[in-house]
Amino acid sequence: MASSVYLCLLRAVFLVCFVNPLIQGLSEDESVFQNPHHQQEENLTGLPIVTFKWHHVETPYLVIIWVFVAGLAKLSVVELNHHVISVVPESGLLIILGFILGGIVWGADRAQTFKLLPPTFFYYLLPQIILDASYFMPNKLFFSNLGAILIYAIFGTCWNAATVGLSLWGCYEAGVMGNLDIGLLQFLLFGSLIAAVDPVAVIAVFEEVHVNEVLFILVFGESLLNDGVTVVLYNVFDAFVALGGPRIDAAEIFKGIFSFVVVAFGGSFLGIGFAILLSLLTRCTKHIQIIEAGFVFVVGYLAYLTAEMLSLSAILSITFCGICCQKYVNANMDEKSVTTVRHAMKLLANGSETMIFLFLGVTAIDTEIWVWNTGFILLTLLFVFIYRIIGTFLFTWMLNKFRLVPIEVIDQVVMSYGGLRGAVAYGLAALLDEDKIPEKNLMISTTLIVVYFTVILQGITMKPLVQWLKVKRAAHSDLKLIEKLNNRAFDHILAAVEDICGRIGDNWWTRGWNRFEENYISWLLMKPKARKNRDYLFSIFHKLNLEDAINYVSEGERQGSLAFSRSDEAANVDFKKQFGSEFADVMPNIMVDMSNYELGIEHFSVTSIVKDTIPSVSLDIHGQDRKNAMDDINAHHLLQQHLYRSRKHQHRHKYSRSHFSINQNEDEVQEIFQRTMRSRLESFKSTKMGVNPAKKITKHHKKELTHKMPNGHPDGTGHLYGDEEVEGLCVFLPHLIEAGIENPVFLPDMDSPTHSPPWLMETEAVAPSQRAQRRLPWTPNRLRRLAPMRISTCSTDSFLMADVSLTLEEHEEHSQTDHVEM
Amino acid sequence: MGSTSSTLLKIPNVEVLMQETGFSPAHIIRLHDRFKALDKEGRGHLCPQDFGAIKELAMNPIGDRIIGAFFSPGKETVDFHTFVKILAHFRPVDKDRPKEPNSPEPINSRSNKLKFAFQLYDQDKDGKISRDELLKVLRSMLGMQVTEEQLESIADRTIQEADLDRDEAISFEEFRKSLEKVNIDHKMSIRFLR
Repeated sequence: MASSVYLCLLRAVFLVCFVNPLIQGLSEDESVFQNPHHQQEENLTGLPIVTFKWHHVETPYLVIIWVFVAGLAKLSVVELNHHVISVVPESGLLIILGFILGGIVWGADRAQTFKLLPPTFFYYLLPQIILDASYFMPNKLFFSNLGAILIYAIFGTCWNAATVGLSLWGCYEAGVMGNLDIGLLQFLLFGSLIAAVDPVAVIAVFEEVHVNEVLFILVFGESLLNDGVTVVLYNVFDAFVALGGPRIDAAEIFKGIFSFVVVAFGGSFLGIGFAILLSLLTRCTKHIQIIEAGFVFVVGYLAYLTAEMLSLSAILSITFCGICCQKYVNANMDEKSVTTVRHAMKLLANGSETMIFLFLGVTAIDTEIWVWNTGFILLTLLFVFIYRIIGTFLFTWMLNKFRLVPIEVIDQVVMSYGGLRGAVAYGLAALLDEDKIPEKNLMISTTLIVVYFTVILQGITMKPLVQWLKVKRAAHSDLKLIEKLNNRAFDHILAAVEDICGRIGDNWWTRGWNRFEENYISWLLMKPKARKNRDYLFSIFHKLNLEDAINYVSEGERQGSLAFSRSDEAANVDFKKQFGSEFADVMPNIMVDMSNYELGIEHFSVTSIVKDTIPSVSLDIHGQDRKNAMDDINAHHLLQQHLYRSRKHQHRHKYSRSHFSINQNEDEVQEIFQRTMRSRLESFKSTKMGVNPAKKITKHHKKELTHKMPNGHPDGTGHLYGDEEVEGLCVFLPHLIEAGIENPVFLPDMDSPTHSPPWLMETEAVAPSQRAQRRLPWTPNRLRRLAPMRISTCSTDSFLMADVSLTLEEHEEHSQTDHVEM
Repeated sequence: MGSTSSTLLKIPNVEVLMQETGFSPAHIIRLHDRFKALDKEGRGHLCPQDFGAIKELAMNPIGDRIIGAFFSPGKETVDFHTFVKILAHFRPVDKDRPKEPNSPEPINSRSNKLKFAFQLYDQDKDGKISRDELLKVLRSMLGMQVTEEQLESIADRTIQEADLDRDEAISFEEFRKSLEKVNIDHKMSIRFLR
């Protein structure tokens, strides 16, 4: 509601206004501050029941108040974006809000008491954002585009710095800027600090725009990696300015270039070193699972500070720490710790980003720093913009000669437009030494204006621009069903053909590295148990059991208690689709649990899932039309949600600051794998046993899903899909794990007449959805399926044991069960 | 390029192959290397289990169908020629091909690509995708949470959209028409060489 927005704003205003004069009033009282205890003793006339101890809590209180205000600001901004058209990106709104707050503080104080100080920014606000970005970095995408990213980061930034600096100097010499106490070196210094694309701003703006992943990773990767260059350039020119013009000769310049190598690579290797440390640590933290999540943050921050201490690139250090440690840390830590880390990371990063933008706004309202020089400022804006465009197109043209998939012109336009400057530039500007650089305030003013211009104006226009240019983006929803289906089918086809061709030429390095990594690095850094769990089938089984458990509990709660009877009909009824309302009761519970983590970027809310499951079944038919319309929408929704992702779509949109999806993809992969294996097993069995596979499928039709076996069926094979699946998995699991190559399902001597690919089997339409029809592990006995898994460390054992227990049960229950001889 | 030409010579009927498929010698050699790598027992032809050994194909919902597409009905082996010819469907379209009226359409033309895709759906090869066939495809491509009624409703909807002559099945022409807007050249091509 709009009223809540105003309420929040009012609260913030009130807080600031209230607290501030109080602070002013109290801190003026020096004597009280210095000697509180003494003071109290002197003036004590009676026992004070309550005293106002402002001076004790001043610093932390102020900090916390500002954090609180930032939180309220974010709340207001998000509410505003929901109820008013979201034209301005959140970051822009936060800056504007910062202006307002800054104005209030300034109005109360006549001086800006709250400034975004560089140390605060660099040591307390920036690290967590970078750590968050790198921890959730889609590694495959990043490394496959690393070449392009490095070119943009290194050469692009140098180009920007040099051209902007030189052009400004040229214009200064031409007299456009009037009288300034400034020289070439200082222009170059200014150029280097304004040249860098800012990761915080890029995330903030691009997150709302949803461009295609390659484009995003290029801009984002560049913004992360260019810190190496920025730091070097800044320090080099800073030193040169201090040295003075005449003392710079070839040796110094060479030292400058060498320092780049040291700083950049040193920072990266330091980060990798800390990543190794972190992985090793998490390998040993089995007994203190409660705090192992903390290590990620602590070690990450250590990486940052250590690099800063050694004057290496701190951002690069923490970036590589995050990138390299993700896989091992996620594998080693307990699931709960992994979740904790994810949530905490997002929380800290979001909070910091909010504060940064807010303070950027607040800092602006300060009469001391503003120096206006029209020429300088306007020319800077112009040059920054133009040279970004030129630089991007130039380097992309060079890159496209070597790239597998060339970067399109439209993407290049977005890339150049997306070169946003942000708080890092401001921080560097504020760090300038006034004595060496008399025009420091001018530079700060210009930097602030550039930042506001890029974040607010370019942020506002980014979305319309992307839409207008028809940049390739996330899923379109106006395709017809058949187009959607075929699009996905084509992706699968392409992925399959690429696999068949072995991605000729491209893959040798990646495969080599993967092998090295699996054998040596994972051995070192991952827990043995975690390494074992990478086995696909094992984890499929695990997930299946988890889902069974969840279903079991929901079903039990629905029926009132967990000790419900074994009756078939009762349990099966729930997953039959005829009873929409009952279904709605059970499914949403499950759906809600799962879909909290599966939101992804498609933003399908739980309500839409629930809506989807009901109408197609228990239709309130007010008319045929309404049914058709609903069906249509639902069909689209269904396709959208449930189509298996192809490999091409794997890394989509993992960068979102506010949503993150736990690897839904892995579940799909496992489902697909399961299914394929099952169908291959069917054909294996059919050819081996001469059993007509059709009958087996028929038996699983939902109408016949009863426990008792119809007498007419000749082959009384186990009718539990779950059972067969386990058996089936059991059959070729040892083979698959050991050989990894041979697939015994495909027999060397298949007779043509009986060999029928699974899809050609004469069945009734289609095998019904296994999830929907699968029998629950109704009773505690059934849950034995869960138990065997943990007992042995050998993954195959649990399958065998599970199979054995189920087999025993089957034998107990029916006399006529016969299992396929294995 | 001495070694390459000698490899080329080892492959029978290379000239004809290159002519038909439009692959360059370098492509053919790469594909030959890959063929040999897949054909672990060195028999000179591939069987379904050679394809089955490719792990990633098991993770592909329609992987099995694509494997099946390599084997013409009745045959269980794929020789190098057939291998290359099938893969030729995925060669990027030549933009500046001179249109000779008498030459047959190249394998990688848009309509041949579409035919290949059509055949993946139409398993009984009657020239139409029936409702059942579509259901099977849908089942294999959709997650397991989708129930029967939902599947059928999607299938019905899909056929309704594409079926112009109201025969409850999608013929090749209707298939082609429904995919007019899709950039087939892009969607069904891969770069074979770096």
